[in-house]
Amino acid sequence: MSYILNTTAEQQAMLAAIGAKSIDELFAMIPADCQLNRPLDLPPALTEQELTAHMQQLAGRNVSCQQSVCFLGGGSYDHFIPAAVDALASRGEFFTSYTPYQPEVSQGNLQVFFEYQSLITRLTGMDVSNASLYDGGSAAAEAVLMSLAVTGRSGRVVVAGSVHPEYRQILATYLRDLGVELVTVATPNGTVSLDQLTAAITPETACVLVQQPNFFGCLEEVEAIGRAAKAAGAVFAVAVDPLSLGVLNRPGSYGADIVVAEGQSLGNPLAFGGPYLGIIACREDFVRRLPGRIAGQTVDRLGRRCWVLTLQTREQHIRREKATSNICTNQGLFALRATIYLSLMGPQGLRELGELCLQKAAYAKQTLTAGRRLQPAFDAPVFKEFVLRDTENNVEQLLAQAADAGFFGGLPLGRWYPELSDCVLVAVTEKRTRCEIDRLAAAFHASGAQKTTGVASADNCIPTPHGATRTAHA
Amino acid sequence: MRNQQATQTLFELSKPGRRAAVMPACDVPVRPLGELVPAAHLAAAAPELPELAEFDVIRHFTNLSTLNMSVDTHCYPLGSCTMKYNPKRNERLASLPGMLDVHPYQPDDTVQGLLELLYSVQQMLAEISGLPAVSLQPAAGAQGEMTALMVAAAHFRALGQERTRVLVPDTAHGTNPASAAVAGFETVGVRSHASGFVDLDDLQSKLDAQAAVFMITNPNTLGMFDRQIRRACDLVHAAGGLVYLDGANMNAILGISRPGDVGADMMHFNPHKTFSGPHGGGGPGAGPIAVAAKLEPFLPSPVVARQGERYRLDFDRPQSIGRVRTFFGQVGVLVRTYCYLRTYGPEGLRQVSENAVLNANYLLSRLKDVLPVPQGDRCMHEFVATASTAKAEKDISAMDIAKRLLDYGFHAPTIYFPLTVREAMMIEPTETESKETLDALADAIIKILDEPADLLHEAPHSTVMSRADEVRAARKPVLCA
Repeated sequence: MSYILNTTAEQQAMLAAIGAKSIDELFAMIPADCQLNRPLDLPPALTEQELTAHMQQLAGRNVSCQQSVCFLGGGSYDHFIPAAVDALASRGEFFTSYTPYQPEVSQGNLQVFFEYQSLITRLTGMDVSNASLYDGGSAAAEAVLMSLAVTGRSGRVVVAGSVHPEYRQILATYLRDLGVELVTVATPNGTVSLDQLTAAITPETACVLVQQPNFFGCLEEVEAIGRAAKAAGAVFAVAVDPLSLGVLNRPGSYGADIVVAEGQSLGNPLAFGGPYLGIIACREDFVRRLPGRIAGQTVDRLGRRCWVLTLQTREQHIRREKATSNICTNQGLFALRATIYLSLMGPQGLRELGELCLQKAAYAKQTLTAGRRLQPAFDAPVFKEFVLRDTENNVEQLLAQAADAGFFGGLPLGRWYPELSDCVLVAVTEKRTRCEIDRLAAAFHASGAQKTTGVASADNCIPTPHGATRTAHA
Repeated sequence: MRNQQATQTLFELSKPGRRAAVMPACDVPVRPLGELVPAAHLAAAAPELPELAEFDVIRHFTNLSTLNMSVDTHCYPLGSCTMKYNPKRNERLASLPGMLDVHPYQPDDTVQGLLELLYSVQQMLAEISGLPAVSLQPAAGAQGEMTALMVAAAHFRALGQERTRVLVPDTAHGTNPASAAVAGFETVGVRSHASGFVDLDDLQSKLDAQAAVFMITNPNTLGMFDRQIRRACDLVHAAGGLVYLDGANMNAILGISRPGDVGADMMHFNPHKTFSGPHGGGGPGAGPIAVAAKLEPFLPSPVVARQGERYRLDFDRPQSIGRVRTFFGQVGVLVRTYCYLRTYGPEGLRQVSENAVLNANYLLSRLKDVLPVPQGDRCMHEFVATASTAKAEKDISAMDIAKRLLDYGFHAPTIYFPLTVREAMMIEPTETESKETLDALADAIIKILDEPADLLHEAPHSTVMSRADEVRAARKPVLCA
């Protein structure tokens, strides 16, 4: 009874006060044929010491990105997280509090949400932000649902094929039962063709969704795309990497109506994909269609500034079936982490971080394609990710070589793009060093027969290659 | 003494030239930015973020944290939200590098420990629910509802049936009808008796060839186990429909009653409630769903599959509805769920529900004479009292009691829900509060009911702010600094 406080004596006293003979009697309202007449078939209980040993054993069977150098991206990135983020976010007063339904005893969270909203609007150049959604993908789907509502159009949604494939899968799931046609514009050169996109937009199109930088890391011609969308009266929605906005144009400056993002890169851990942080921001006149919670400033009875959840008439607990969204939670803890992270970074830090990503990705792209085997797949400019084509068309072997040398070398694209089955997506964050990039290049370019572990250990820049343990035991 | 700087915003604390994070020097040859990216893509200036030193940030957020109530600091008897203790061990174990510092696109053979854990969570949730197939993907309870309804839609599509309606009782959580709308269904209300039990005649009258899913919360939102549940499920099944169970109240029946055994075809779990995931100021939650075997092919992709001693993510699911969330799901919450379930084991899990129900019934017995509970003197893990007598006789409303409780150091219960009870106060103590805390809470409520109404109308008095002007917040929204 690890977390149950009442002693047997207290349980007896409570039963007496209730007027019940036993705890079982309290379950009398459950008909006998609805009661389980056997114990659950679950593994036996473990003490803290046993559970800790068990979890360490399970964790030890995973190769972490501390053991193997991470060049994986695709919407989840190995950025550096300052210690202050964990220290503050793990405070019990943040960690174990609930949705701020009672503002008088939730001013901490409410002010954090207000500050988060303020930071997101400044970062994106938009008018309003909510206090977060589940993740980038479902935020993109919510942006499209908003577009259907604000335009009153339900015929068509146009999305670039360079938008994260999982975002597009989520969109397809959300739209299937609503009878909306989802049109995907192909991106054979890594970016969307303005002519093809314009041709796909009809007068019934509610939304045009693109990503900047896109899934391939390439920069789209967003300004022209936005003009094409708006000329047809469609909502122009953009998914961004928030960390790119230290150096790249803010979506508000090129006419975005709705901006969504995956906020994992803002001080949130990789965590095998979740929980993450869904960011959504929009024009002021869309605010009453904005899903999720919103904190607003007001005054209390004595005229003091304070914060409350506001515009709640949009929400399901008031409007029920007339609600504009079923979202009933936010990612409060991750919005908090992003708020702390952006406070630590400041304008200068964010700008320098963006420049580091640009410089290192450019260096990596050049270095990794210096040998014969790899070529850049696309010409478009990139921020921190880029696609490489394996001229030997053996991506699996290429990445196995990298793994042997202690690297997660890149993301194979064939799963989503069969025509790119000879390509990998490589992500280079500010954490990656020149030494790591050079060693990855060496691993990629080593001939298949040659083991590269010796090379890796010659330089201290690489943690223990995860192949090494297996080799030692072999 | 309160630190006055605590309530300044980040933007007011900002000083030009201050900074916290410093980037490492660039160790690759630096090229002009314009060479890397066309000028049209480059921002003219850095974003207008506040400029702060690290200590500014530490003091600011530490001070803000002290303005919150939380489970770690206060009793939080918030009905339907299940604010139980969040074990510290789970935080430490979820932060092991092999659990936390893992990229979602790593090859399966580099995440075998994590996949085994997730597979095990699938198995354990199947056993607890009595429903064999589980998807861990949904990000929250409401997304779980929506996902299961999409699964139901896919099922009927595969059968060639056009069923367009979801039946929702008037006592349901507001997310139920909203989720039905998002999943493309029309919502039809079903009446409840004063007991909170579904009116079976009304249900039956609405079960036609268009009725796809009946959504029921059991134990219901009045804290009662609907004893007609089997009969209700039989009626729905006889009409060709499916039954969805809102699992928000699972804390009452772990190891005691399984939704699948009593006829439910689908359900969601709220691991942040039932399995002690921290609420984090409103999230993250998670919303895994469990479904009957015939619905398994339609679950979102991927699921964790086992082949001998190896685990892998299975994407080869041709009938799947697709995805509702990126990557795998709310893995960090599911790791805590795993730790919780492994700490308790089967007997311990049953004791969780027993003690949750014991605590609720004890509190009910302490309060029923001053704050009537229309549904009688017994409940499951929560109960709904009414302040309607106090309102009529003393002009003391549920809101007044809730706000005054803040002065006494208790978080307020859920009030004005369910909508079917006037001046409703929905109280859920959970199993992790002690008898002395429950006595203190009961004593506080009893005392409050004897206080002058005028004092209560202006409560709370001791908090950092008094009642807020919510109308002003909504009429003239100020949503950012």
